[in-house]
Amino acid sequence: MAVSDQADPLKEITTMEYMILIHSDEHAEVPGPGTPEFDQMMAGWMAYNQRLIDGGHWIAGASLQPTATATTVHKSVGAEPAVTDGPFAETKEQLGGFYLVSAADLDQAIELATAIPIPFASFEIRPVAFRPDAG
Amino acid sequence: MPAELSRTGNDQGDHPGNDPGGALTRLAREESGRVLALLARRFGDLDLADESVQDALADAARTWPQRGVPANPAGWLLTVARRNAIDRLRRTSSARRRTMAAAAELAAGGDEPSAARGPLLVDDPGDPAVDDDRLRLMLLCCHPALGREAQVALILRLVGGLSSSEIAAAFLVPEATLAQRIVRAKRKIRDAGIPLRIPADLDTRIEVVLSVLYLVFNEGYLSRSDSGDVVRVDLVDEAVRLTGLLATLVPDHAEVIGLLALQRFHRARLATRTDALGDLVLLDHQDRARWDRGEIVAANALLHQAIGRMRPGPYQLQAVIAGYHANAPTAADTDWPGIAAAYRHLVAMTGSPVVQVNHAVAVAMFDGPAAGLAVLDTLHGVDGYHLFHAARAELLARAGRPAEAVAAFARARDLTGNPAERRHLLRRMEESHPAGGDGGGAP
Repeated sequence: MAVSDQADPLKEITTMEYMILIHSDEHAEVPGPGTPEFDQMMAGWMAYNQRLIDGGHWIAGASLQPTATATTVHKSVGAEPAVTDGPFAETKEQLGGFYLVSAADLDQAIELATAIPIPFASFEIRPVAFRPDAG
Repeated sequence: MPAELSRTGNDQGDHPGNDPGGALTRLAREESGRVLALLARRFGDLDLADESVQDALADAARTWPQRGVPANPAGWLLTVARRNAIDRLRRTSSARRRTMAAAAELAAGGDEPSAARGPLLVDDPGDPAVDDDRLRLMLLCCHPALGREAQVALILRLVGGLSSSEIAAAFLVPEATLAQRIVRAKRKIRDAGIPLRIPADLDTRIEVVLSVLYLVFNEGYLSRSDSGDVVRVDLVDEAVRLTGLLATLVPDHAEVIGLLALQRFHRARLATRTDALGDLVLLDHQDRARWDRGEIVAANALLHQAIGRMRPGPYQLQAVIAGYHANAPTAADTDWPGIAAAYRHLVAMTGSPVVQVNHAVAVAMFDGPAAGLAVLDTLHGVDGYHLFHAARAELLARAGRPAEAVAAFARARDLTGNPAERRHLLRRMEESHPAGGDGGGAP
């Protein structure tokens, strides 16, 4: 078949990229550092991250400071950009972190999102449309 | 012609020439889903497969009336649709990605469908490959990442072979709305990367398919009284057909057979469910002589088969209940303690308020209205549910509390939008009125 140039053209048709947005209640109680519960929680996160890396899924990921630290810039035509305190919308669940993963398809992305070690949360899964630094 | 897709060859005798319209409808219903499933996997592109099959069907509609129906319509459909797909791929400038996925198909000599393609095209009843394709397609149409309306539209269109206009008419929505729904769903399938494959959690995913088919059945069953339009596609029959197909694809799944039994018990009573004016006829007033005995016998066998799998579930329990009704020679013969027991299991399994209300009604049938009302009084969170008030009203009327019954009927009527049900509730309200009617004695 006439297939052009790419280093690994098959990779392009067999994987997709998904952003997993983690929405959870930032006021939910979490164990404090130094407790066995904290160590257990961190072990869960480390294991999960390792799973993403070992499976070739890892692109990026981060947890965010709570919304109390958030600042929103509103832009509209004909007005100066307005800077306000806090997130754009008040909801019970807030954006608390994200993963950017590589997965074969939506089913695998759902599986990866489900395995994120938070007991109560919603994970919004969005296919990446375009990523300039994609390699 | 290499393709022999016709599973049973059941209409071999009548297709040549004289009935292109009928042959075309049969082709769309019985074979287009199969061809689409096969092409979707081969080309790795659902939209491409769908467009190619639609084009082929349009081609048939245009040419068959003059040229006559081909000897093997299914084989013709596969050959033409496959050629359409390859043409589309070659025309599409952004086809590189598709071309990769379809490399095997193109490399095998797309222009020569008659050469060396035999094994791909053969579909004998025992061939698991095409059955798997169809199962994959059904699961894709009912993927939980798609909205319920999209799932319904997709399964009827892609697996059931109904046209967008037929589905739109059946659900009483504008055709443009329905077409848009399908376009959006196909776009999400493509852009979100919803895969065409058998998932690891097959049981959970089959439950979604069952819920979609149950919804299609209910839509057909409940909306039937609203329309005397014989041109409308019968969603009851379509749901039975697709559930039957699923049962052949996953024969070990007890709940699939359970749902099929349930649908066929209900279908057996369909003709007696409304009167000449389109008003609802309650079960105990239906003319049992007009129930379809053949359908009941078939449903009994299916239910027996499902229960033999020893994997109980909500659809099987509902079929058990429908079976008690369908097999009772008269309303008085109904095994209400058996029905109440099945509802009790169903309550434990689902916790659904609908089921709880029905359980109360069944209890009242053998233990008296006061016992039924006592069960209803224990329910919570059902105040906005019209059948709760309708059931309560009937039991109050029977318990000799007409004023309360009238109030409950009025509340039920205010909560339902279905015209036939509203008429029925209004009539019951008038009959129950303390000043008129019979003051509550059960008919």
